Amino acid sequence: MDGKDENPPQVYRWTKLSIVSVTSVAVLQIAFAVAPLFLGANAIERLTTLFIYGILALMWNALAGYGGLVSVGQQAFFGLGAYAVLRLCDFGVSVFPAMLLAAVLVALVSVPIGLVMLRLRVGEFAVGMWVVAELAHLLVNLDSFIQGETGTSLVAMLAFAPPQRRAFTYWAALATMVALAWVVFALLRARLGTAAQAIRDNEEAASSVGVPVAATKRTLFILSAFGCAAAGALWVATTISFQPKAYFSVQWSAYMIFMVLVGGIGTFEGPVLGAVLFFAVETLFGSAGVWYMIGLGATALVFSLLLPRGIWGTLEQRFAIQLLPVGYFLRYGSTSPKRAPQPRDNSQEPAKP
Amino acid sequence: MTLLAVQGLCSAHGLLQAVRTVDLSLGEGEVLALVGANGAGKTTLLRTIAGVHRAAAGRIFFDGTDITHFAPHERVARGIALVPEGRRLFLEMTVEENLRVGSAAGRKGSWDLERVLHAFSMLQRLRKVKATHLSGGQQQATAIGRALMANPRLLLLDELSLGLSPKAIESVYVSLRALTDAQTTIILVEQDLQRSLSFAGRVACMLEGQIVAQGRANEMTREQVMQHYFGARLAAGGAPSV
Amino acid sequence: MSWADLIIQGALLGGYYALLAGGLSFLYGVMRIINLAHGSLAVATAYVFWAMAEYWQLQPLLLILVLLPLMGFVGWCLYRLVFERSLHGGALIPILSTFGLATVLDNVLFQNFGADTRSLAPYFDTLAYDSWTLPGDIIVGQLAVIEFALAVAVLGGLHLLLTRTSVGRQIRATSEDEDAARIVGVNTRRIHALATAMAFGIIAAAGIALGLRATFDAYAGPQQLIFAFEAVVMGGAGSLWGTLLGGVTLGIAQSVGARINPQGFLIAGHVTFLAVLLARVYAGDRLRALLAARWLHS
Repeated sequence: MDGKDENPPQVYRWTKLSIVSVTSVAVLQIAFAVAPLFLGANAIERLTTLFIYGILALMWNALAGYGGLVSVGQQAFFGLGAYAVLRLCDFGVSVFPAMLLAAVLVALVSVPIGLVMLRLRVGEFAVGMWVVAELAHLLVNLDSFIQGETGTSLVAMLAFAPPQRRAFTYWAALATMVALAWVVFALLRARLGTAAQAIRDNEEAASSVGVPVAATKRTLFILSAFGCAAAGALWVATTISFQPKAYFSVQWSAYMIFMVLVGGIGTFEGPVLGAVLFFAVETLFGSAGVWYMIGLGATALVFSLLLPRGIWGTLEQRFAIQLLPVGYFLRYGSTSPKRAPQPRDNSQEPAKP
Repeated sequence: MTLLAVQGLCSAHGLLQAVRTVDLSLGEGEVLALVGANGAGKTTLLRTIAGVHRAAAGRIFFDGTDITHFAPHERVARGIALVPEGRRLFLEMTVEENLRVGSAAGRKGSWDLERVLHAFSMLQRLRKVKATHLSGGQQQATAIGRALMANPRLLLLDELSLGLSPKAIESVYVSLRALTDAQTTIILVEQDLQRSLSFAGRVACMLEGQIVAQGRANEMTREQVMQHYFGARLAAGGAPSV
Repeated sequence: MSWADLIIQGALLGGYYALLAGGLSFLYGVMRIINLAHGSLAVATAYVFWAMAEYWQLQPLLLILVLLPLMGFVGWCLYRLVFERSLHGGALIPILSTFGLATVLDNVLFQNFGADTRSLAPYFDTLAYDSWTLPGDIIVGQLAVIEFALAVAVLGGLHLLLTRTSVGRQIRATSEDEDAARIVGVNTRRIHALATAMAFGIIAAAGIALGLRATFDAYAGPQQLIFAFEAVVMGGAGSLWGTLLGGVTLGIAQSVGARINPQGFLIAGHVTFLAVLLARVYAGDRLRALLAARWLHS
């Protein structure tokens, strides 16, 4: 071991590729924002659906990919979000503020739920959340306002003419997805991102060096609840009708798992890719009914066994690319210290979450 | 007759090359002490011979058969038994149950439950006691007994004295000497140099994954061994210099 | 219905739940896998029974003798194909892969058998409806008593296997410390496959029990999984007799709930489950240690 290190490695976060990527994303967001002015009714509705899928994928990944918490019960918050909107509108709150308020309320409700559920081990948490979803479904059914499984409608939406309704919902969905994506992005670049990575690698070790394991998980849990509730609120705004059975169905978990598993669990770009793929698959095969579901399940099964990192995760690992600057890079100087074994000189080695 | 032949063995511990091209050969009935600092690769080498660690390269021959890719239970069935570092008893099971599991591979021989209990008399009254309640010395005796239940031809002992009181260590080694007849081949990993040299017939020193010195125990001096242990040359006053 | 009656009915229902949970609990105890396809597999067994009885006119008792080992074999294969790989992927993969499996299974059943509900009761004479009358005018179904007895027999049998036999010892060793078990010469692959086969045999028995006590349809699996899971976790994930206790607790909670409100059946079960979780979380280590005793050693 020598004395001084003459050329300490430099830490940097933005690569050329990531600058290009982030700029492209910003441009894309602007393009999407003005799209309703040019697109037909059907296209707007389909894109709205795509954005909602994107939200769900991002939020499920936030919990599972970053927090290591697989939940088969996020449909609890999805359904509660929609239910809250209905109740708030009935109370007199106007629709779009109600949607935001609904998400916030559900996020608040998720705090005590999280307090109990987060103490469980991985497998128990997964199914435990499913039980929470079942219970939420049953309790919502008790509200006579919902009329049991017949359901009810978001009549407040009918105050808008269809074109406005479509456009406003579209923008709300786009804004929510973009906002949540930027929030996740910011969290990943901050300490939470590194904490999440540490927890995923080895929770005990992370805890022993002072990583706030419980706080990190709680933050991700509440964020995920908020996002799923927002998605539920947006869904009821799009479809207008609310049947508890449809909103609290475990099928939503199946969709989320498909999207994130195929896209790439634990990556940032993965869920978005997964949402797009899922959207495409649904557009093409959705009418196949049962075979469609069989296909989804089989794909999830195959991916979990053979390609657990998903498409993006595998690509990322294989080619060491990273579109968005959520990690850290090291640049070694031209002269390396005498004795220490250097993997490669003058190389960039991504050390990323 | 060569019982164990290791050729060019390489084995990784995570990303670290823990065993780097090791060549070793043992005749039947030989006792080899494997010494070296922590992290030298001794445990990984033993585990690779036992089959619980995958060999990245090289070959292991046992009694003439290439066992490099054999599963651990197949090796136990052929007569290799490892007493792992830290004993690794099944703490929720009783002494008797731990011993009985030792014969899982079904290898026939002179060792059975009664003989093991007779050999380690302290265990007789502890038969029905859960392993978690045992003292260090009692656990070590159980661990050795469990390995003996497999009727091994090659016994691999990893850090027997770890965490034991001097009295317990002494007791373990006394039993060991009494137990091992001329037919049992032993590789012994031991931190205590003095004990290694007195117990074993041969000594091999490992440093950073390689065997840097080998020889007969009575021919190698303590100084010679220490030199290879630390990879340092000892100056006249005993102070190491690079 | 008197309260004594209610408790008895609930406890007997709990016997079914214990049988249902047995396979889930065993698999979790040995391999730390929560098999999300558990309920779907039970339902699938019921469907296969129904199909064989309906189309091939096979004797029900013969079918039971055939189906149990058959499902055991399916378990063996599923271990080799799915679970073994899952185990090496970390804690998330088994959940995701078994969930995918459940989705496939449910929908394949629907594809094959349609939306009609079925029952296995017709193949067993009047067993599903016969009853005995206990003192105090309490009527207990013969089927319910048989299922309870079966649960006790299965759990008891497992207990004996694990404590008295060589295979049982190997299973316990593998579940406690797989690495050490391999060192000692246990063929852990074979042990895991065997344990899976045994768990699946129990699942098959539970599936037939389900078909007898209630009607079932292609999507009944998830509900059964939830009941099994609740029973396992309440009893202390990893405790053999705890599974019986958890099942009985669930059965009684549900029965009491049903008395209060028609929706109360399910609600009471879930609320009790969450309450027990809450109690465990806040009652601290002592209660946790009591309930979650290493099951293979209780």
